[in-house]
Amino acid sequence: MRYAETGYHLEIDLSRGNIERVETDPKLTELHLGGLGTSVKVHWDRVPPEVNAFDPENLLIVSSGLLNGTPAYSANRTLFTFISPQSGLLAYPMMGGFFGAELKYAGYDKIILRNKSPKLVYIWIHNDKVEIRDASHLKGKGALETQDLIREELKEPRAQVAAIGLAGENRVFTASIEQARSSASRLGGGAVMGDKNVKAIAVRGTKDLYLARGEEFMKLMDEVTEYINFRNANPIPDVMTILSGIGSPQEMKHTDEKWHTENFMWGNARTRRRDFWSKENEENWTTAQLSAIQRLISCFNCPQQCGALVSSEAVGGKKYMMKCFGKLTYSMAAYVDDLRFNFKILQRATEYGVDSFSTPQILAFAVELYEAGILTDKDFDGCPSDKEGRFFWLLDRVAHREGIGDVLADGVYYAARKIGNGAEKFDHNTIKKHEQLPLKLGMLDPIYYLMYSTNEKISITQIEGNFPQAAFPTREQREAFVRDWIQVPDERFKQYVIEWEPRGDKSIPYFPTPEMCSEIVDWMEMLHNIDDALGLCAGMGSFCLKPPYHIHNYPKLISAATGMDLDEAGLKKIVNRSRNLHRAFNNRRGMTRADEKPPEDHWKRRFPELEENLLSTYYRFKGWNMNGVPTRKRLEELDLGYVADDLEKRGILQDGQD
Amino acid sequence: MLLTTWKSEVYCKMAKTKRIVKSIRVDADKCNGCRACEIICSAFHATPKYSSVNPARARVHVISQRLKNIWIPVFAGEYTPAECMGRNKYVIDGKEYDDCAFCRAACPSRDLFKEPDSGLPLKCDMCESDPSLNKPKCVEKCLNNVLVYEEREEEVDEEEIRPADVEIGIGTMIDKYGLDQVLDTVARISASKRG
Repeated sequence: MRYAETGYHLEIDLSRGNIERVETDPKLTELHLGGLGTSVKVHWDRVPPEVNAFDPENLLIVSSGLLNGTPAYSANRTLFTFISPQSGLLAYPMMGGFFGAELKYAGYDKIILRNKSPKLVYIWIHNDKVEIRDASHLKGKGALETQDLIREELKEPRAQVAAIGLAGENRVFTASIEQARSSASRLGGGAVMGDKNVKAIAVRGTKDLYLARGEEFMKLMDEVTEYINFRNANPIPDVMTILSGIGSPQEMKHTDEKWHTENFMWGNARTRRRDFWSKENEENWTTAQLSAIQRLISCFNCPQQCGALVSSEAVGGKKYMMKCFGKLTYSMAAYVDDLRFNFKILQRATEYGVDSFSTPQILAFAVELYEAGILTDKDFDGCPSDKEGRFFWLLDRVAHREGIGDVLADGVYYAARKIGNGAEKFDHNTIKKHEQLPLKLGMLDPIYYLMYSTNEKISITQIEGNFPQAAFPTREQREAFVRDWIQVPDERFKQYVIEWEPRGDKSIPYFPTPEMCSEIVDWMEMLHNIDDALGLCAGMGSFCLKPPYHIHNYPKLISAATGMDLDEAGLKKIVNRSRNLHRAFNNRRGMTRADEKPPEDHWKRRFPELEENLLSTYYRFKGWNMNGVPTRKRLEELDLGYVADDLEKRGILQDGQD
Repeated sequence: MLLTTWKSEVYCKMAKTKRIVKSIRVDADKCNGCRACEIICSAFHATPKYSSVNPARARVHVISQRLKNIWIPVFAGEYTPAECMGRNKYVIDGKEYDDCAFCRAACPSRDLFKEPDSGLPLKCDMCESDPSLNKPKCVEKCLNNVLVYEEREEEVDEEEIRPADVEIGIGTMIDKYGLDQVLDTVARISASKRG
């Protein structure tokens, strides 16, 4: 009997319509846990580096996490892994919602899609019955609309449906995969799904999922429950509201947007508006938000309320679901001071199925090029002249891949190079060809420097987390913060926080030291890798300050759920193995030290020597060579000798580089 | 006439008793649709307890029509062998609900509240267990207080003795055994009961 996992993959060859239910090797769970860990392993084994995003051999793996479907609160993330059309590397956008657990109740841990369907189809998984069904009638339908249409067609209101919109069908590089209130947005999963001609995947499961030591698991969950209640009643003092709670940022609940609107950049990550949050704007935005939000909603088995059902009644009437920073991104990118614009355009963008981080920046980039005369009236033929109309027009062009939209649909990096004529200079906010949060700051932050540069996620919100984002002003505050900090993997992290000052010798960029920064970043990465293997929402583990899940209770929960006897060291080793395999996979695709850098203008004050030292120190800490490739020694320690062999054979690892 | 007097006397003597009514107040407006109630319900009722999870076996179900702003936890009630003849629609607050939406029955019209493999009906038992819990598990795990456990005392009439029913019963005995036999038996039993 398999516990916590089902022990089966669903393998679908889309070109031939062949469907197989394949039993997995339990040893893989011991080595890679599940979720991201086991998916990376499948990609390593089956996708050679010559394969590109839109090649039939590119696998699209839809994966649950190891704890999805168990009573662990917030274990609801579904992961999509594939070679990204944008970064060319192994991407793993995730979504919350309800899909992963339902997939497990249907009897599968993962769906592995290979090759391409000759026509547009959707996949219907109902326990042991799996069908590939015609989706020609769904062509061009919205990503949310499609979910309800499929449920009606199947007469199964309890089916969970992940779908793409028009953008995915048209292989827009920022196309998302949408499900319920969630979406897997980053790096073009929707484009790969569209390329495979899969409009949607619907699943309904009514099977049992087993726990090895259920009573013990529930006792551990009682402790977690108690802590969730405690944290919800006790926000962390002395930090911004948005960082004080647990869950993903409670953007739907909070109306105070002073911090985002005045510290994040407007337009194409261009302008900081330090005086935006006036009384008048505050009142307008608060009214707009409160009147648009009809209900706060959750993902599967989660007590937090990070999403909302929105009705843009005042501006069009349709309902959709919203979460997080998507609330602001379009208004800020378009320089529209009216938040109602964001509520309105996000409805259309959600139905098209596009990433609400990258897409607004692409549109803002186009507007800048037009204003600079690099794009011309010919490119903008038919475009309204007002800011709002322009954004709607551009969004339509991108989703349809029409005219200039076809160029922009490849994202800022590729569009800039295709347009040329100086457009490259306007690509100032991408890392590894991927649009980043619109932040431009003053002083180099060494911790963020490492996170931005090195993480395989290429998206800061999925890397940062447990360590405070900035030094607390007073020693009293620091001491108060560390007092009940049970989550630290080692007591020395408390000392780092206590010593860390906002100004002076013990402040950024020289403090924390490169060694300390490496440890801090390693800790946060480790947590994200655990969450991504378990399918736990980062909002309850790796992403926030003082979360309910941490290194001291993860191994106990995993052990009780699976029957494996894991301790902290064992768990750390597993995720370290997964991380190194992921890195090696990307190295094999050509990623090197030269790619590991934040945008040049991310900070005004840069320290090239320190930055090189940071990167080298971190590489050494991780057991990588100076080119960012894991050494044979490190790989062998992690039972990845076969990876070292492969890297050596390809000349990526060379003798003596240890 | 005699019978009537006797009847009224019994009515006068009929006592009131108290009983505990267990209930779960469902504040559907607060429901975020997370289905934690379904998960814990199925785990608690698994054999052995907490050995498996399967919301399809839960005795509570959150009806969700997300884009219609409908999220309603409904609990499993009695099994019914036949489905209703008519189905009404309710429109509340602009949202349209089928009659079945609020129905607790395990019924032939749907697969809700039935064991997914055997089809046997499921029924909420308020997590009766030994030792008894303070509150049902779904209430405990609903951290947004959509489900609130309440116990209230109700005064109810003791079971009413209906003379007509007694008469029918004794009449049948008399028909079967004869009046004398019955009277003898009653006299003997009453003598022994009264010592």
